[in-house]
Amino acid sequence: MSDYIIQLNNISKVFEDGFVALDNLNLSIKKNEFLTLLGPSGCGKTTTLRIIGGFEMPTEGEIVFQGQKINDLPPHKRKVNTVFQKYALFTHLNVFDNVAFGLKISKTPKNEIKERVREMLNLVNLQGFEKRQVESLSGGQQQRVAIARALVNRPEVLLLDEPLGALDLKMRKDMQIELKKMQEKLGITFIYVTHDQEEALSMSDSIVILNEGIVQQIDTPINIYNEPKNAFVADFIGESNIIDGTMLQDKLVHFCNKDIPCIDTGFAKNEKVDVVIRPEDIDIKNLSDAQWTGKVTSVIFKGVHYDITVESSDGFVWLLQNTDRQYEGDTIGMSVDPDDIHIMKKVIDL
Amino acid sequence: MSKSLKKAYLWLIILFLYAPILVLMVLSFNDSRSRATWGGFTFRWYIELFKDRDILLALYYTLAIGLLSSVIATIIGTFAAIGIFGYKKLSYSLVKNISYIPVINADIVTGVSLMLMFVFLGINQGFFTLLLAHITFNIPYIIFSVLPKLHQMDIHVYEAALDLGANPFMSIIKVVIPEIRPGIITGFLLAFTLSIDDFVISFFTSGPGVTNLSIEIYSMARRGINPKINALSTLMFVVVMALLLIVNKRSASNTEKKVRRDI
Repeated sequence: MSDYIIQLNNISKVFEDGFVALDNLNLSIKKNEFLTLLGPSGCGKTTTLRIIGGFEMPTEGEIVFQGQKINDLPPHKRKVNTVFQKYALFTHLNVFDNVAFGLKISKTPKNEIKERVREMLNLVNLQGFEKRQVESLSGGQQQRVAIARALVNRPEVLLLDEPLGALDLKMRKDMQIELKKMQEKLGITFIYVTHDQEEALSMSDSIVILNEGIVQQIDTPINIYNEPKNAFVADFIGESNIIDGTMLQDKLVHFCNKDIPCIDTGFAKNEKVDVVIRPEDIDIKNLSDAQWTGKVTSVIFKGVHYDITVESSDGFVWLLQNTDRQYEGDTIGMSVDPDDIHIMKKVIDL
Repeated sequence: MSKSLKKAYLWLIILFLYAPILVLMVLSFNDSRSRATWGGFTFRWYIELFKDRDILLALYYTLAIGLLSSVIATIIGTFAAIGIFGYKKLSYSLVKNISYIPVINADIVTGVSLMLMFVFLGINQGFFTLLLAHITFNIPYIIFSVLPKLHQMDIHVYEAALDLGANPFMSIIKVVIPEIRPGIITGFLLAFTLSIDDFVISFFTSGPGVTNLSIEIYSMARRGINPKINALSTLMFVVVMALLLIVNKRSASNTEKKVRRDI
């Protein structure tokens, strides 16, 4: 029980216009965890964060913080701080006063404010920026001010709402590493919202995948990637080939006109399933050794590998990722190892 | 040919608009009581103006009413705008439009109705009623200078203040008001200008012994032609013009900076 710093129990959120943002969400967040809420836009990830921050009231359910229900606690009394999407810096204040804002509100002694702001600006690599106006800073620097402004208050939990969304790729990568380091150093629970699956995989201790207000899977990045629970997760995390199949018996599945050995068990006989295969798990073989053959329809160079699309004779279009170059129009053979085949229950559409 | 015609037309309009004021300004420096003859250049009327106790008293009332009413209206109007901004769609447009009606209402109607209300409530007309009337007609102008700035503001800035531990009132004082300050100052200047400028509403709501400059000019003009009127009117024109230029310049640079959010 006390392992968890925040628990969301049966949280639902229906907006005034009838839009269901969250549907019976259950989530327990451990102390010092880096947890990422991941999903496409409109999946409810930002709403979840705003409910924890106190900016939205859940329609149903309870928010428990360190064992206490905090549904009715207004945002300014919660021991969490937020890094907002577009930073929301106070443009009428300079960098020092932005960072010091929370400490001044809590009537911290002046010397201590000075010391803690300095310390925090060091942490985010903005030494000497105290007197600068925030509007004169670059996007990355403003981002750091926003992080410092939140962290200087030593919150139990830091909420981050797509904090790197407005930065360019290179800077985003650098900030990902820095944020992760900060989190480990300070030992603060981070709850991070993003729609960037790569970002989620590289930074998080655990990932919550949301779609249309419903939790799809909560797991470690490795498990999410290797053992996606359903076709949505598989498709959202990295690219996947998702194929209709039928489970013939344990460890044998029929798809694309072939009976293929796999390692999954526990399905009903002849149950319709989704077969998920990662593009990098498809091996290119000689035509005679291959499970399927097909004609290469496009080859795109991606740096480390090529994205290759192959149309097999039954009309299915495969996506392969391979470091060996193939040529358009060639016929190639493809095989998949049994443990690279992921069988998933069909999501029944209502 | 057509180009010079266009230009001539433009100058004709400008002449049409500004000739009366130009005449007024020229006559204010005319060293002759007659309006028909030029008696040489003089500052005499301006000097006499500042020796006239009635006019100085009216100037005092004008400035006092102008400052007090625009400060009070700015405070009330700013908080009103923040409140209106917080409303949901339907009540937002309802309340916004209700506050706009006084602006398009004819001054004479506003003036007479205020007077009737003061009589009805048994309030003796004088400085206080004049002040109340000016506050009343100034509030909508403040609201409409402040609302666009609120729409431009990043709403998360307010939430960020709450997030950092400030209660809602502190967040408004420490963060929202500084963020919308340009709109507040523009509104204040506009209100001050309108207050100095007002005749009709003041005429109906002030009482014995309390007159502002425009009422003073009106009564001087009724008593007979006095070149001091020209000097006083010239000064008022220059002050009001300067204030309006500042207001226009401010709102122009405000709109240039950011795109307004539509509701």
